[in-house]
Amino acid sequence: MIKIKAKDVDVFYGKKQALFNISLDIEENQVTALIGPSGCGKSTFLRCLNRMNDVIDICSVKGEILINDFNINDKGCDVVRLREKIGMVFQKPNPFPKTLYENVSYGPTIHGIAQSKQEMDEIVETSLKKAALWEEVKDRLHEPGTGLSGGQQQRLCIARAISVRPEVILMDEPCSALDPIATAQIEELIDELKKEHTIIIVTHSMAQAARVSQNTGFFHLGQLIEHGSTDKIFKNPDNKKTQDYITGRFG
Amino acid sequence: MNKNKEQLLNKRYKAEQRFRLYGQSAIFMALLFLTIFIFKIFSTGYSAFQKTWLIVPVTFDAELMMLEQNPSKEDIQDADYYDIALKSMADLDLNANEDQENELKRMVSYFFEKEIKNELLNDPSLIGKTKEVYLTASDDLDQVFKGNYPRDLPEDQRRVSDYQLKIFDQLVANGKVESKFNISFFTNADSREAELAGIASSFMGSIFSILVCLMIAFPVAVLAAIYLEEFAPKNRFTDFIEVNINNLAAVPSIVFGLLGLGVLLAIFQLPRSTPLVGGITLSLMTLPTIIIAARASLKAVPPSIREAALAMGASRMQTTMHHTVPLSMPGTLSGTIIGLAQALGETAPLILIGMVAFVNTIPGSPMDPAASLPVQIYIWAESAERGFVEKVSACIMVLLGFLITMNLFAQIIRHKFEKKWS
Repeated sequence: MIKIKAKDVDVFYGKKQALFNISLDIEENQVTALIGPSGCGKSTFLRCLNRMNDVIDICSVKGEILINDFNINDKGCDVVRLREKIGMVFQKPNPFPKTLYENVSYGPTIHGIAQSKQEMDEIVETSLKKAALWEEVKDRLHEPGTGLSGGQQQRLCIARAISVRPEVILMDEPCSALDPIATAQIEELIDELKKEHTIIIVTHSMAQAARVSQNTGFFHLGQLIEHGSTDKIFKNPDNKKTQDYITGRFG
Repeated sequence: MNKNKEQLLNKRYKAEQRFRLYGQSAIFMALLFLTIFIFKIFSTGYSAFQKTWLIVPVTFDAELMMLEQNPSKEDIQDADYYDIALKSMADLDLNANEDQENELKRMVSYFFEKEIKNELLNDPSLIGKTKEVYLTASDDLDQVFKGNYPRDLPEDQRRVSDYQLKIFDQLVANGKVESKFNISFFTNADSREAELAGIASSFMGSIFSILVCLMIAFPVAVLAAIYLEEFAPKNRFTDFIEVNINNLAAVPSIVFGLLGLGVLLAIFQLPRSTPLVGGITLSLMTLPTIIIAARASLKAVPPSIREAALAMGASRMQTTMHHTVPLSMPGTLSGTIIGLAQALGETAPLILIGMVAFVNTIPGSPMDPAASLPVQIYIWAESAERGFVEKVSACIMVLLGFLITMNLFAQIIRHKFEKKWS
């Protein structure tokens, strides 16, 4: 089933066009990887999906992005509601300089999800468990989240993102600041999370894309060159450029 | 070739050595000036914390005080103390002629009547008895006792006569002159008499001004900073505002004084010489300082924190209030304290709005006339009496102590509450 449908998306930074005519369908409960060389626009596209580009004054987005058949670029779309449904994990772990508990309970608090303290405790626990962090931190929930290791911080950010049960999770190079062991943990986690969430991951590592994703889109110079199942893209791409990038001839 | 390289190397080492030397001598100079300054202030000022007292036997003669038998408290309150006060001073030299009696009277402060009265009010049973009473010495004798007065000047150039000196020396020899901690310096308001002048009025005036300034400047500045930094669109108009805030921070303080004079006093008819007007004027001056500090500390909050909150579905307002502002508060607060410390040391604008007036009452609210510490320094520095010289330095010491405490506080806030991110 198709969860997200992007139609003819153009993005401009001031006068400079960063994305050209992107049309891409994203399957529900699967992992879609966006790959491509630096500056190709894959992160920009990702940030269109929860309208994080709104933050940048000079950035303007044109075209339709349908999530559950609802155009999020429509004027009637409330970004707060949208971002409740579409969580995001960033390149660099960015926990709030607050306690672990406060980090995870922040989303449910502002969206009024938990009715009682007990319910909140449960949300925090399940979110941390799903993020495979619970065992490591259950005794120090009230210590600052910034005291964790990089990998733990990133898993905390994932726990924070899933605390509001989003339908989609966007991940912007979530492992680029982590060591191989932490990376492996996050990848395992992504595999687990796709049962309940649709995941879109931007990555620089083609090996990672091959490992975690079912679908892959290849971006180059602001254009979506090719997309399809990960198997096909990596084994038998249609486009010469894709072939060259996959085999490491450029990028 | 090799030799050339060696020369270059030597040159580089020497240049670095020279540079270090310049730096060290610069620091040495700065420290030297500071030490001289502090030494000068302390060496002139410390004696102001001591006050000289003459111990004079006073006979509480009921008849001279026009008191009836068994007087009530009110009677004692209303009694006439001038005669016994005068008599006890005159009795220091039984052979004194009228002129000399006058000189004897001037050896103590004009407050001596009151001091004698207080003695009796404390202990009404003294009527008819004689008791040795501590009387504040005149400021000139105070200076003589502290050794600040050149006794070798010809008599007609001195404010202390030979006769007064003779009697004073006798008193010293008999142990009837004592030096004690000068409480009145902290509890009295200003006075024309150096021996009675204190900083209570100006100290309270400063505190009230700073409080008024804080209450106006802090909320306005913080709101302005938050709006400009987090909400305002970035366009020519906001750029223009930003440039002008920076300009405002560079405006000489006396201009703000003129503004206070022209607007607050002339148009709004606020009470002249009061900490209220002083505080408002100072707040105008402090405003840009706090705005700049608050904006800088808002800018210092990593954008990743804002993105994290926004991506969680927090609105802009929630992101600002839950994350950015609390994280920027330590910087904002210490900037505020620095701004207030600046305002505390400000003299020129306060002179213009009339806080330079002679105020001999202690203000109980920001609506009462008052001086402020730096203005008090200015007033005393202008006074001719020798007694005020040490008072100026003592007042500077109090002001500096105040400022150092505030800055220390700012440092503590900054270090204790500033969050460290990975």
